[in-house]
Amino acid sequence: MTDSISRETIDNEDIDPDFVDTIVKAGADRIRTCIQCGTCSSVCPSGRRTAFRTRELIRKALLGLKDEVLSSSDLWLCATCYTCLERCPRQIKVTDAIIIMRNIAVDQGFMLPEHKKASKKLLSTGHAVPIDDANREMRKDLGLEEFPPTTHSNKKALEQVQEIMKRTGFKDLIEGQQKEGD
Amino acid sequence: MPNRFPNLEASIRAVLPKLGIQLEDIDGASCCPAPGVIRSFDEPTWLALASRNLALAEMSGHDLITGCNGCYGTFKEALAEIHEHPDRLKEVQKVFKGMGLKYDGKVEAKHIIEVIAELGPDFIRKKVTRPIRGVKVGVHYGCHLLKPSKNRPWKQTQRHTFLDELVEATGAESTKYKDSTMCCGAGGGVRGSQIVVSVDIAKEKLDNLIEAGVDCIVNVCSFCHLQYETSQAQLNKELGEKKYQIPVIYYTQLLGLAMGLNPTELGLDRHVVNTQPLLDKILG
Repeated sequence: MTDSISRETIDNEDIDPDFVDTIVKAGADRIRTCIQCGTCSSVCPSGRRTAFRTRELIRKALLGLKDEVLSSSDLWLCATCYTCLERCPRQIKVTDAIIIMRNIAVDQGFMLPEHKKASKKLLSTGHAVPIDDANREMRKDLGLEEFPPTTHSNKKALEQVQEIMKRTGFKDLIEGQQKEGD
Repeated sequence: MPNRFPNLEASIRAVLPKLGIQLEDIDGASCCPAPGVIRSFDEPTWLALASRNLALAEMSGHDLITGCNGCYGTFKEALAEIHEHPDRLKEVQKVFKGMGLKYDGKVEAKHIIEVIAELGPDFIRKKVTRPIRGVKVGVHYGCHLLKPSKNRPWKQTQRHTFLDELVEATGAESTKYKDSTMCCGAGGGVRGSQIVVSVDIAKEKLDNLIEAGVDCIVNVCSFCHLQYETSQAQLNKELGEKKYQIPVIYYTQLLGLAMGLNPTELGLDRHVVNTQPLLDKILG
């Protein structure tokens, strides 16, 4: 029988049965209980204006479509508002699951250029958003210290923060990304 | 906040001591780090850096307080993680080895508005010397102040009123508007990487606020603050008209005005969206 409906076929080789285990182990332990009700999609502020569907993402994760999930820029449309996590009738930590998948994506080399930039700033200054000249001026005008009492004005603290990022592998992760990206 | 909004910081430093809260800076703190981005990239790094900031507070013997929902989210979630999974605390302690950082996760992290809410609206009302009359406020709580609700101190999980009550304690009117608890659209790395979507979310909220006829937005988060301030300028630029001109102010700026402090000392002359129409209404 033929009809005009195009049916998407999922190939066996696209399925990674271990993917969902990794997500469960990393903390989204109830993800397998998903009933595809769509509450997550219906409350999502990003989904209101884009093709991003949280339900679809969860379904693909459950199917083990690892590469498709990790390479999709949709993964980065979640604003982490936690509304889906609050409303899920199965109490799945949906937002946590998304964050876990993002971690796996970054580990596999999928990172947006703007996000690499913010990470590099964190590595070099201890702040993902370092101070700039205009705000230094504003601080002085308002009678505040020109540099806040953070890693911006404490070299030892900055070195400690950098050492932590070295020990957790963040330095290698981002600099590795940089090499691949550049 | 100190790097992006020194004006809000100035209002916090001016107002809190007048409520009997003494602030002590954590020397050498770093980025919290940001829950939407750094936690999304490498969770163990996020946990270790958040724990370092918490450790600095713990070693000083004080609670940690923050004026930003993003930082608040990071600290509350990092504490919940090590309390629920003691092996994660051990993992962090291992990273800290030989660094002179003592950390057992026994410190409390609070939001400035949480501390003010503990004092209560009646307490605030007594501090008001110049009631804010005839001003309609659109209150924006922000997501990470309230959610995930199981790791937050509020009595309810939704339909919160504590911030509305604190706003009304200044004499202003908290105005109902459509989807008031919806996200501002900035978090999760969305503003950083997908600006069109991010600003469109803010636009929906701004349109609802305009519809409700508010005189200003009151928020308690540096990232929501940034989102409302800069998105309005961007939307006006795209439109070629000045439709979006709602002053965006931080709670301690509103409270400071109600306590008779002058607008300059509260950093109110340092906003992207002009606050003068609001100030004219309040100061007459």
